[in-house]
Amino acid sequence: MPKIYFDYAATTPIDPRVAKEMASYVKGKFGNTMSLHSFGQEAKFVLEKSREKVAAVIKAKPNEIIFTGSATESNNLALKGIAFAAFSNAMVGQENQRSREFPTDHLGKKKHIIISQIEHPCVAESVDWLEKQGFEITRLPVDKYGLVNYLDIEKAIKQETILVSTIHGSNEIGTIQPIEEIGKICREKNVYFHTDASQCLGKIPIDVNKMNIDLLTASSHKIYGPKGAALLFIRNGVKIEPILHGGGQERGLRSSTINLAAIVGFAKACEICDKEMKKEAERLEKLRNILIKEVITIKESYLNGHPEKRLPNIINFRFSFIEGESLAIQLDLKGVAVSTGSACSSIKLEPSPILLAIGLSPQEAHGSLRISLGRWTTKKEIDYLLEVLPGIVENLRKISPFKG
Amino acid sequence: MENNLYSKKVMEHFKKPHNYGRIENADGIGEIGNVVCGDLMKLYIKIGKNKKGEEIVGDIKFETFGCVAAISSSSAVTDLVKGKTIKEALEINSRKIAETLGGLPPIKYHCSVLGADAFLEAIYDYFSKNKRPIPKKIQKNHLRLKKEKKELEERYKQWR
Repeated sequence: MPKIYFDYAATTPIDPRVAKEMASYVKGKFGNTMSLHSFGQEAKFVLEKSREKVAAVIKAKPNEIIFTGSATESNNLALKGIAFAAFSNAMVGQENQRSREFPTDHLGKKKHIIISQIEHPCVAESVDWLEKQGFEITRLPVDKYGLVNYLDIEKAIKQETILVSTIHGSNEIGTIQPIEEIGKICREKNVYFHTDASQCLGKIPIDVNKMNIDLLTASSHKIYGPKGAALLFIRNGVKIEPILHGGGQERGLRSSTINLAAIVGFAKACEICDKEMKKEAERLEKLRNILIKEVITIKESYLNGHPEKRLPNIINFRFSFIEGESLAIQLDLKGVAVSTGSACSSIKLEPSPILLAIGLSPQEAHGSLRISLGRWTTKKEIDYLLEVLPGIVENLRKISPFKG
Repeated sequence: MENNLYSKKVMEHFKKPHNYGRIENADGIGEIGNVVCGDLMKLYIKIGKNKKGEEIVGDIKFETFGCVAAISSSSAVTDLVKGKTIKEALEINSRKIAETLGGLPPIKYHCSVLGADAFLEAIYDYFSKNKRPIPKKIQKNHLRLKKEKKELEERYKQWR
């Protein structure tokens, strides 16, 4: 039986070229970047070289990159860091008024943050928490393709708005947001703009200047680098507070001893993606389009997400009358690894909020399947999936009380 | 690489479910849905008689829209009650279903509850169709399920 991995959006294997680059740091070079001696200074030198490589992929300046441990951490830092900086900023010169309800501005109004309804839980739940601390949150709806209307953002921005945060490419349905348009509006309105580009870095071109992005999150393990390294781009001049205090690493914004081996791997992974992006995106798009075209010929099956404005590698289908976990496990039994947004597979036993946000009923969300392609996906693997999938869908429908 | 999400027994039932399908002219139908996780289980029963003249579950079939645990729980419940007298069969509960399945992950335990409830509902349906007195246990269970269904529907409204 084959072993086929179609879950690259969950995580990716380390590229052998990345592993090779990391090897000397895993095995030998161990210096602490904060040390004065040669061990430390060598590590520091490599860290800064890595920063340059990573910055180049998103057209940022090296000093605008902060390394963190995960995209979750980067998103938490972006949202909470901006929120708290805005609060302490509003409090400057008003020390005698600290008893005022937290966190209002000098007019007593709550600071305001805008996100979309299809954010990753690490963004959605971070702002849930900020809401409990007293910030006002707007969660903008999306259309049936998962697109945020940038005019809605324009309307939602008000005097008290400090930050707009929208995901770049959806981890679940693959839809790509109009980042450039959103960035332009935020810049005009003088509001910080953060985007979670975890699924986009290295897969589609990103230019933080052209797109007017102030903060951007991305991660190493989604692009064939190791786990445990991620970045937060913070445009020079953006006011942000750390959430981890300590030794003052990463310009004081992320205290923690530097995980150099992982960062070196991340940088190498970025370099490879940057070089191969165009060709690889074209190759994956071709495979993606074959898969979409064929799968929707199965009776009562649909594509979730936008038909064109989508990532080259993430595809989400919906099959009526059957449930996603059953489908995913049946595929696993045939050697195919995929993912689902079904309630049954979630920790909370609730359907994916993203699938509900695009207008699916809980029952419809039940039959969703995410297939994500990557560097080692071949046409042969796609053919195999297309060979086994219709039979599995049919068999599960035989058991289902709904037959259409 | 093995998938350790579920027990061997669960996977056996899931790969080759027993007694799935529909019984036309069933004597009783038990339908249990969970509108939140979305699972729906339907049990059809045909009542027969044994040599002593006692009523037995002569035939049983299921249809399930749900996850691995829901499908294997459905399959297991049909095995557990088929051929048993109604009295014996009513001894079914979620624990027994989970046990025959070699255990379920804690988060999936409610699937075995679904299986037991669906059977009790099928018997409830049979008794009420035949205007026969309904045993207290089934009556109580039926009322509880009705209440739960209403609560869940209220919650479901949020999402529409």
